[in-house]
Amino acid sequence: MSAPAEPRAKPGGSFSRFRAVFIKEAIQLRRDRLTFAMMVMIPLMQLLLFGYAINTDPKSLPTAVLQLDDSAFARSFIGAMHATDYFAIEKTVHSEKELDDLFLSGAIQFAVQIPVDFGKKIMRGEKPALLVIADATDPSASGNAIAALQQLPQTVFARDLEGAAAMREGQAPPFELRLHRRYNPAGETRFNIVPGLMGTILTLTMLLFTGLSVTREVERGTMETLLSLPIRPVEIMLGKISPYVVVGAVQMTIILTTSFLLFGVPIVGSLTLLLALTTLFIIANLAVGYTFSTIATSQLQAMQMSFFFFLPSMLLSGFMFPFRGMPVWAQYIGEILPLTHFLRVVRGIMLKGAGLWDLSHDVLALVAFVLVAMGVAVARFRQTLD
Amino acid sequence: MTAAALPADLPQTDPDVVIDVEGLTKKFGERTVVKDLTMQVRRGLIYGFLGPNGSGKTTTIRMLTGLLTPDSGRGTCLGYDILTQSTEIKRHVGYMTQKFSLYTDLSIRENLEFIGRVHGLSDPRGAASEAIARLGLENRASQLAGELSGGWKQRLALGACILPKPDLLLLDEPTAGVDPKARREFWDEIHHLAHDGMTVLVSTHYMDEAERCHEIAYIAYGELLTHGTVDEVVAQSGLATYTVTGRDLSALADQLSKTEGVDQVAPFGSALHISGRDKARLDAAIEALPETEGVEVTPSEPTLEDVFIELMSQSRDNFA
Ligand SMILES: Nc1ncnc2c1ncn2[C@@H]1O[C@H](COP(=O)(O)OP(=O)(O)OP(=O)(O)O)[C@@H](O)[C@H]1O
Ligand SMILES: [Mg+2]
Repeated sequence: MSAPAEPRAKPGGSFSRFRAVFIKEAIQLRRDRLTFAMMVMIPLMQLLLFGYAINTDPKSLPTAVLQLDDSAFARSFIGAMHATDYFAIEKTVHSEKELDDLFLSGAIQFAVQIPVDFGKKIMRGEKPALLVIADATDPSASGNAIAALQQLPQTVFARDLEGAAAMREGQAPPFELRLHRRYNPAGETRFNIVPGLMGTILTLTMLLFTGLSVTREVERGTMETLLSLPIRPVEIMLGKISPYVVVGAVQMTIILTTSFLLFGVPIVGSLTLLLALTTLFIIANLAVGYTFSTIATSQLQAMQMSFFFFLPSMLLSGFMFPFRGMPVWAQYIGEILPLTHFLRVVRGIMLKGAGLWDLSHDVLALVAFVLVAMGVAVARFRQTLD
Repeated sequence: MTAAALPADLPQTDPDVVIDVEGLTKKFGERTVVKDLTMQVRRGLIYGFLGPNGSGKTTTIRMLTGLLTPDSGRGTCLGYDILTQSTEIKRHVGYMTQKFSLYTDLSIRENLEFIGRVHGLSDPRGAASEAIARLGLENRASQLAGELSGGWKQRLALGACILPKPDLLLLDEPTAGVDPKARREFWDEIHHLAHDGMTVLVSTHYMDEAERCHEIAYIAYGELLTHGTVDEVVAQSGLATYTVTGRDLSALADQLSKTEGVDQVAPFGSALHISGRDKARLDAAIEALPETEGVEVTPSEPTLEDVFIELMSQSRDNFA
């Protein structure tokens, strides 16, 4: 190059080029309101969720009682359980069948079964057995509650027992507490995490597949052709979602096979039901992604929206932290998310052997979610270039 | 087609008028981009749509297909209301966008089959093969549309919009950037289609293409300034024109453009084209030219270009 050009290309030149790019980026960032909002919202949301919503020591776990004895001992045991704060006695049932149904639908985490003549046997010093059943699909959700429960036999009847049956310091408790960890007797955390991972992986990949589908047409300019053709928004939506249902089914097969072969996660319930409901869940996520892509004005925005949806799905669905450990407002948010319901479905079928009827509440929630998301997408789809 | 053969649910309009719009207005924010546009296009015509950049041609065409909603005005396209029956319109109209908007990551054949399927053709594969043969694209049928050169992309786009055999073609600058031979073939094809009864509305910036249209309309700053056959448009302009030949024309051109009564001076090779709105004053200006050796002035007909440039400068005067 010629001599005069030399000094201008040196450090000053490099800095001004850097400045040029910096200014351009700053202007573009300022124009992009959503990115701006995300910059504020994501850290804020993370902090609030982690700080307030997440509690790894869940209390007030729903508990059912099968009380076949009405002695003072039985009542004070239940009172003592309640006093630990870990148990909320929500239901009183009259048969084991009822207990089983409550467990399968996920309505209760614990059940206490007080046998016939519990009080009389204590008075006679016969050491009756009292059965406590815990839903151990998520070991972390019930761990502390079980620890608190195991303290009870030593202390609970101090006041009820007097005279001959009075318990002296260091003596064995007057009854035996039998703890039954149902569904995951060994307390394997991976039995809980692997089905959960299936849900999170599917959420992320499905969101990204359809999240870009409409914005891509807009950005590439093909939207004008598409809109000038005699085709309705519903047809476009279904046509765009369907291929990914197949992709999702392939992913589902890979995940299930791997978790069975490598991690030894059992599938206690019906495989057909699991496949059918997972497909429903896949459709739910594809529908949300598609809805985002009809709202977003660029592919970047669609990605951001997907991420904004994914984050609470991870944190508030019961995947990372026990659902029942969250405050009520966070549980309400969680109830909106498809992953929350899918986790209940997948844990219910794989670990507990739950059937369609037991899961009807969650299945209906998923169906409603799909319909609402698709309805919004069709309504939001812009049929003109205005 | 006779009126009796029309389906009963069609609005009662003249069946021979394919596009019939009145008072179309479109605003983007505060800017009025199309202003009170009224237009009629008869069946089987090739109707040229001309106007400078940003004059609202694309916007008008989009309103005709229902892709944009007019802020006011009403009208019909093929007898269907442009405000309420855009689904029907889309079924019978082929729209070729100004910017290539087929799928660049699909092959030529796949693009054509897609269009055919959306239109519900009974044999989309057959229709695509037919279109490929007609376009002379047999060797490239499996090439990705994105890899085609500009001119071939245009041909593909035309092929795609005539595939479902529409009654009306809306072509937005279909030949921009296309070589002369391909352009002629393009126009031969359009004439064939019109001969078979298709109506064609085509926007263009090329004067020679305007001359190939049965009728033309000229739009500037969103307003339809004139329309009719080429001869009518030229006659309506009231423009008087002379051709000046000779040596050292550039000095003469400078001098003439400053002269009262001369509105346009345009060099065409070794000749100057001068024209004026007022024939008497233009004649006076010509009279006043000093006799220079070799310079010859002959009366001539104004070209379409003269007329359009004149219309543009007039409307700019009104606009300012
Ligand atoms: N979506 C939009 N938003 C805002 N302004 C727009 C939009 N589309 C077009 N315009 C404006 O409307 C005016 C007319 O545009 P239009 O594309 O119809 O012109 P045109 O006659 O097709 O021009 P060209 O010959 O360059 O293709 C332009 O000034 C353009 O800036
Ligand atoms: Mg245009």
